[in-house]
Amino acid sequence: MKLELRGITKRFGSLVANDQIDLVVNPKEIHCLLGENGAGKSTLMNVLYGLYAADEGEVLLDDEVVHFDGPGDAMEAGIGMVHQHFMLVPVFTVAENVMLGHEPTRAGGRLDLEQARAKVREIADRFGFHVDPDAVVEDLPVGVQQRVEIIKALSRDAQVLVFDEPTAVLTPQETDELMAIMRQLRDDGAAIIFITHKLREVREVADRITVIRRGKVVGEAEPTSTDAELASLMVGRSVELVVAKGEPQFSDALLEVENLEIVDRDGLVLVDDVSFEVRGGEILVVAGVQGNGQTELAESLLGLVEPSSGSIRLDGVELVGRSVDGFLREGIGFVPEDRSVDGLVGTFTVAENLMLDRLDGPPFVKGASLQIGARDEFARRAVEEFDIRTQSIHAPAGRLSGGNQQKVVLARELSRELRLLVASQPTRGVDVGSIEFIHERIVATRDAGVPVIVVATELDEALALADRILVMYRGRIVGIVPADTPRDVLGLMMAGIAPEEGSKVA
Amino acid sequence: MSASDDRPAVPAESPSVDPPGQGAATRTTHEPENRWSTAFREIVGGSWGVSVGAVLLAILAGSILIVATDENVRAAAAYFFARPGDMLSAIGSAAGDAYAALFRGSVWNYRADSFADGIRPLMVSLNYATPLIGSGLGLAVGFRAGLFNIGGQGQMILAAIGAGWIGFSLELPWPLHMLLAIVVGMITGALWAAIAGVLKAVTGAHEVITTIMLNHIAFYLLFFLLATPGLLQAPGSANPKTPPMQSSAVMPKIFGSGYHLHLGFVLALLAVAATWWLMERSKLGFTFRAVGENPRAARVAGIDVGRTTVWVMVVSGALVALAGVTQVLGTSTTGFSTDVDAGMGFDAITVALLGRSNPVGVLGAAILFGAFRAGGATMQAAEGIPIEIVTVIQSLIVLFIAAPPLVRAIFRLPKPGSAPRRKAGDPAKEVAA
Repeated sequence: MKLELRGITKRFGSLVANDQIDLVVNPKEIHCLLGENGAGKSTLMNVLYGLYAADEGEVLLDDEVVHFDGPGDAMEAGIGMVHQHFMLVPVFTVAENVMLGHEPTRAGGRLDLEQARAKVREIADRFGFHVDPDAVVEDLPVGVQQRVEIIKALSRDAQVLVFDEPTAVLTPQETDELMAIMRQLRDDGAAIIFITHKLREVREVADRITVIRRGKVVGEAEPTSTDAELASLMVGRSVELVVAKGEPQFSDALLEVENLEIVDRDGLVLVDDVSFEVRGGEILVVAGVQGNGQTELAESLLGLVEPSSGSIRLDGVELVGRSVDGFLREGIGFVPEDRSVDGLVGTFTVAENLMLDRLDGPPFVKGASLQIGARDEFARRAVEEFDIRTQSIHAPAGRLSGGNQQKVVLARELSRELRLLVASQPTRGVDVGSIEFIHERIVATRDAGVPVIVVATELDEALALADRILVMYRGRIVGIVPADTPRDVLGLMMAGIAPEEGSKVA
Repeated sequence: MSASDDRPAVPAESPSVDPPGQGAATRTTHEPENRWSTAFREIVGGSWGVSVGAVLLAILAGSILIVATDENVRAAAAYFFARPGDMLSAIGSAAGDAYAALFRGSVWNYRADSFADGIRPLMVSLNYATPLIGSGLGLAVGFRAGLFNIGGQGQMILAAIGAGWIGFSLELPWPLHMLLAIVVGMITGALWAAIAGVLKAVTGAHEVITTIMLNHIAFYLLFFLLATPGLLQAPGSANPKTPPMQSSAVMPKIFGSGYHLHLGFVLALLAVAATWWLMERSKLGFTFRAVGENPRAARVAGIDVGRTTVWVMVVSGALVALAGVTQVLGTSTTGFSTDVDAGMGFDAITVALLGRSNPVGVLGAAILFGAFRAGGATMQAAEGIPIEIVTVIQSLIVLFIAAPPLVRAIFRLPKPGSAPRRKAGDPAKEVAA
C-alpha cells in the first residue's frame, strides 16, 4: 500500500510543529525519517495515526484521501505502529496481547485463544521470530517484546508499518536483528517508516531518507550519503542565524574540566576522558549529534550526574562530589535541556518558578519564611525585562508557550550573580521570535565576563553563538575548533572524524 | 507515543518520553511521570466543586438508603398505584425526619429549653472533629508533597505512648506538665513517621507499604507495653490499659465542665494556621510542594529530594501525632488501650481528600465528619436509622472524589475537555466528507 502525506501542518498555539510536510512511502520501501528530538517526527506520526488532527493537509492511502478519527481507524486501514514505549500488557501472554483490541470469539462471546495462538505462530514462523505465544510478556527481553509489537501490527494485516525510534531501547545485537526483520518485512511488500536520529542505522537499512528539522522537510538524502552529509542536513544549514556580538574579551580559564568520565549503571561509558577549559567572557559550544554524551556532560556541571572520575574546577575550586545545591551556591546558572520536566514546576505560578532555585537566603527567603512581596516584585520586573507573555505572574507556568517557559527559566538563571552559565539546547522548541532574544541574553552574559557553555545540536546555533566549538562523538571529544571552522568540517567531526585525519573513517 | 498523552503544551515530542540519547543513568534516577501519579495528583488536589458535589451526591444516595429501608415507605409502596400520595409523603417524612435528627444531633438542638443545651450538639461535633483536624492536616501535607502517609494509626499510637507516659508517670505543675506531654507525644509520632521517610529517601521503599507495616509494629509495640507490668500497664491491674492521666497533664475544657470541648480544639485550630503558613509562606513548605509536583525540577533547583521526603514525613507525623495527643490528654483521660487511634488515621485520608489537601478545607471537612458522627448517634436514637448510614455516606464521598481520576488511569482514558483531538471546522474532516 502506498502512503502519502500532503502538506501536513500541525500547530500548537504559536508553535508550528509540522509545517507543510510532504512525504511519500511506497510499498517495498524503508523510508527513514531523520531528525533531532523536537523536530516534529513524532507529531507527524501521531497525525498519521489519528491521534492528532492536522490543521492542514491530507493523508492518502493508495491515492485515496483517508481520514482517521483515532488509532482504531488507522489500524483498520492497514497502518501499524511499533511504539518506542511498548503498548503491551505486561501480565498478559503474547497471544493475549496480540489479540487485545480485536479478540476472536467463539459462539457465546467466549475468547478464542487458540486462534490467536495460531496467528502468532503463523506470523512468527513466516518471519523466523522465536516467540512463544504463551510466554508472559513481562518475562521477555526487550527485543522480543518489540517483536510482539510487530506481530501485533502484522496480525491486523498492516501494510504500512511505522517504527517510532525503535532502537532507543535495544542493545546493538537486538538492533541488528531488528534491521534484518525490517528488511524482511520490506521484501514481503510492506511500506515502512523508520523514525530515528541514529545515522548508522539509517545508512544501513534506508531506501530513502527524508530529513526533518524544526517541523519542516529540509531535504532528502540517499542511503549512500556519508554520515557527515546526513549530520549536516539534520542539524541544518538552511537558515542563517545571525547574532550580533562584539569581539570577545577573554580573561583567565575559569572552568577547568579534566579527564572527566561518566559511566551509567550498566557500565556504559557515556562521557569518556573529557578535558577542556572555558575562559571568562567566552562561549564554548558543545556540539554533536544528540546522544553522544553532551547531556551527561552538561548535567555533571550542575552535580546532577556524579562522574566516576575526573575533576571539575571553577576558579580553582573542586566541585566534584558536591550536592546540586553546592554547585548552585558557586553561582552556576543552568538551563536544562527539557525545561518542562527539569526546569519548571508546571503547576507552580510564574512567580514561584522564578525563585525555584533561589531558596538559600535573601531576597526571597528570610529565615524560614518566603518573602512574597520581594518575590512578586522580582517576578513583575522579570516578566517585563524578559518579555514573558503571561496573563499574570500568578498564572501556572505550565500554561505558557514553550518560548515563554524558556524565558522564565532564563530569567531565573540570569538574574543572579553568575560565575558559570550552562545552557542545554536553549532554543529547542522555542518559537522563532524568542530565539533571537535568548541568544542576545546569552551573549550579554558572556560580555559580563562569565564563562558560558552552550550545548547545541543545531549547527546554526553553534556557529552563531560560539567563540570555540567542542565536538563530541560517542562520549569523546573529537576536537575543539575555532568558531570560523567550515560547516563541512564540523559535519565530519560530528560523524566522529577528527579534522586532521579527515580522510580516515572513524 | 501513547494515546493517553494529552498534553500538547510541549508540542513536538511527548513529555513523558525520555530523550533517547539520555543515558540509562539519568533515566533510572528520575521517576518518570506516569498516569498513576497524574491520577494521584488529581485525586488529592482537585477542585472545590468536586468536593461539594461529592458531599451532596453522597447525602442524596444516603437518603435513598434511608427511604428504602423505612418501614412506612415500604408499607405505602404496597399500594403505590392506588394511592401514590401516601408513598410520596412517607418518603418525604422519612428523609426529612432523618436529616432533622442529624441536624439536631450535630448543630443545634431546637427542642432544647435553653441556649446552653441547644448548642451542646455543636460542641460534641467539634469535639469529634478535633482529632480529625490534626490527622487530616498531616495527610494533607503528605499529599501536597506527593506522599501517601497511611501510617496515621501507628503515628497516633506512638504519640499516645509518648504523651501518655509523660502524662501519668511524671509529677509536674499544670501547664508545664501538659505542654511537656504534648511536645513529647508530637516528637515520638514524628520520629515514627520519619522512619518511613528515611526508608524512602535511602532505599526508595514506597511509603504506602512501609507506613502500613509500621502501623502493625506500633500496634503490637503498644500491646506489649500494655501487657507488661512496670511499663505502660496500670499498676495492680491485669487489663491492657494505662493508668489515668495526672490532672496536671490534662487539657482543660474550653467552656467549662458542661461541655466536652477541650483545649485540643484550640491546638487544632492553631495547627490549621501553622500548616497554612508552612505550605504557603515558608521555605520548607515551598520545597515540599516543589518535590510533590515535580521532583526532577526540584532536584535541578538544588533541593535535596531525599532530605525533603524525610522532613515531609516528620511534619506529617507530628500533625497526625497531635490527634493522638489530644485523644489521650483531652478526650479520654482515664487511660487508653490499643484502640486509642479509633481508626482516625484512616478517616484522616477521607478528610484530607475532601478538604483538597488545603488546611482550611481540611478544617471544614473534619467538622463535617465530626457533625456526621455526632448527628448519626442522634439519628439512630431518635429515628432508628443505623449509624452505619453515616459511614456509607463518608465512603461514598471518597468514592465520588477518587473514582473519576482512577477510572481514567485504569482505562487510560483522556481527561474530558482537555486537549480535544479535533477542533471544529477541521479541514481534514471536510475533505474526508
